[in-house]
Amino acid sequence: MPEIKLSDVAFAYSNSKRSALTGVNLTIAAGSFTALVGHTGSGKSTLVSLIDGLIRPTAGQLTVGTVTVGPAARRQDLARLRQHVGFVFQFPEQQLFAETVAKDIAFGPENLGWDPDRVAAAVQQAMAAVGLPKELASRSPFMLSGGQMRRVAIAGVLAMQPDVLILDEPTAGLDARSTAQLLDLIAKFHREGRTIILITHQMEQVARYADQVVVMNHGRLVTATTPARLFADDQLLAANQLTRPAAVQIAHQLRGRGVDLPAVLTLDQLATVLAPRLKGGPASD
Amino acid sequence: MTNAIVFGSYVPGNSRLHRLDPRAKLLLCISYVVLVFFANSWATCLLLAAALLAAMVMSKVGFRLYWRGIRPLAWIILLTVAFQVLFSTGGPVYWRWWLFTVTRDGLVNSLIIFFRFMVIVTASTVLTATTPTLRIADALAWLMQPLTAIKVPVNQITLMISIALRFIPTIMDEAVKIANAQRSRGMNLDEGGLIKRLTRMIPILIPLFVDSFKRAEELATAMEARGYDPAAPRTHYRQLHWHRRDTVSLLLLLVLAGAVLVLRYTL
Repeated sequence: MPEIKLSDVAFAYSNSKRSALTGVNLTIAAGSFTALVGHTGSGKSTLVSLIDGLIRPTAGQLTVGTVTVGPAARRQDLARLRQHVGFVFQFPEQQLFAETVAKDIAFGPENLGWDPDRVAAAVQQAMAAVGLPKELASRSPFMLSGGQMRRVAIAGVLAMQPDVLILDEPTAGLDARSTAQLLDLIAKFHREGRTIILITHQMEQVARYADQVVVMNHGRLVTATTPARLFADDQLLAANQLTRPAAVQIAHQLRGRGVDLPAVLTLDQLATVLAPRLKGGPASD
Repeated sequence: MTNAIVFGSYVPGNSRLHRLDPRAKLLLCISYVVLVFFANSWATCLLLAAALLAAMVMSKVGFRLYWRGIRPLAWIILLTVAFQVLFSTGGPVYWRWWLFTVTRDGLVNSLIIFFRFMVIVTASTVLTATTPTLRIADALAWLMQPLTAIKVPVNQITLMISIALRFIPTIMDEAVKIANAQRSRGMNLDEGGLIKRLTRMIPILIPLFVDSFKRAEELATAMEARGYDPAAPRTHYRQLHWHRRDTVSLLLLLVLAGAVLVLRYTL
């Protein structure tokens, strides 16, 4: 499992004077779940594009596992980054192109040069992982529902069996049920040992899943901390236009009314600490 | 791809050329292009080139950006020039091999074509660099207004042009995004021969088409939902105002045209 390490990484688009990213130092432990937050244009997408080797840092160094790239990195090294890293783009269903679902999912593995048997196995496995019924394999991806299309697109990335999975707002535009299913799926990949990097605007997702949260603002890394510490820091939240998740907010308001509560992040945790008090005694379990 | 300066993209600024009425600029550009075809001598060519240079300096856009605008067309220009050099006949022959001959007339013609190409492309880049595309569309609409008399649906045509222009950057952005998504899935755009590279465009082009159709339909629905009626008389949110400087600019062009024509027909 590869560790991701950025030292003094900067990136500027050549047609813009303002740099998209400046002096970013960050370590993402192997197998961790990192949430990336910050408002639009803060540099989140640029950061993950660098980790996926889609762009070359204009300064600094970036290491994923055994591959290190800098401003002078060769194309092959960037391509090697991509073999470790899977990137689920925003609205990934927009990248579907093949005649059948199976062929679309096989695109990535085929590009990696796997033999046909291995590709077929990877496609089947990926479809099962995202919960797509086998019958859909021979259907056109354009005939599926929006939620199914997104799952096909995610399967297309998973089929490459990446160690690191980047997801850029994967739940945007999904209904509540599909959102929950997708988040469970991501949590499952994490339990299987993959490193997850999740870009999100949903603080609930940060609170519930992440063990590290990275706050970006104007192309700079503001802080890399734990969700508990981030949501306890009102100044930090306000300065970066972030909101508290509902559970943290409710706990905060209750504390203001004199209820003594430990720090909580999710509604489940909040319910667990509140229930005994409401029953007027310690919980029987 | 992300950092390519698209040919004909607007460069924001506040130079004299930027402030000129788009109608004036469009007329200037068109008449300049016509004038280029009257140039037949060193004197006329130099005069036209000098006028263009003056416009480029006045636009305050910077020569590097102009060069970046022309560079993508370099191959087409070179190819056309090469064709002229190698295939046209007439005058003394300098060199001959198989089907190819280099003659005096061929060289002269290629020089003229090279000149025309360069100045016309540059002149239109001056127009597009100093004028937002939608303004150009407005100017075009104004220019085509007389055609309504012969039942040409000018309003619909200009709407189509505006929409097409408006969505070029959107579609470019999307192409970059899709290309990145496919590169992230291991597609390598930079290797292999021409055919291989072309087949590799399929995973980019199909999603791009699908999305464009989808967007077109959504746009049509949104327009209808807001009561768009193609036959209704249109008013414009962006009003164009003709100033004295616009008249002056046209007069200057008239002087230039006079000079070119005098040089052509009297000397």
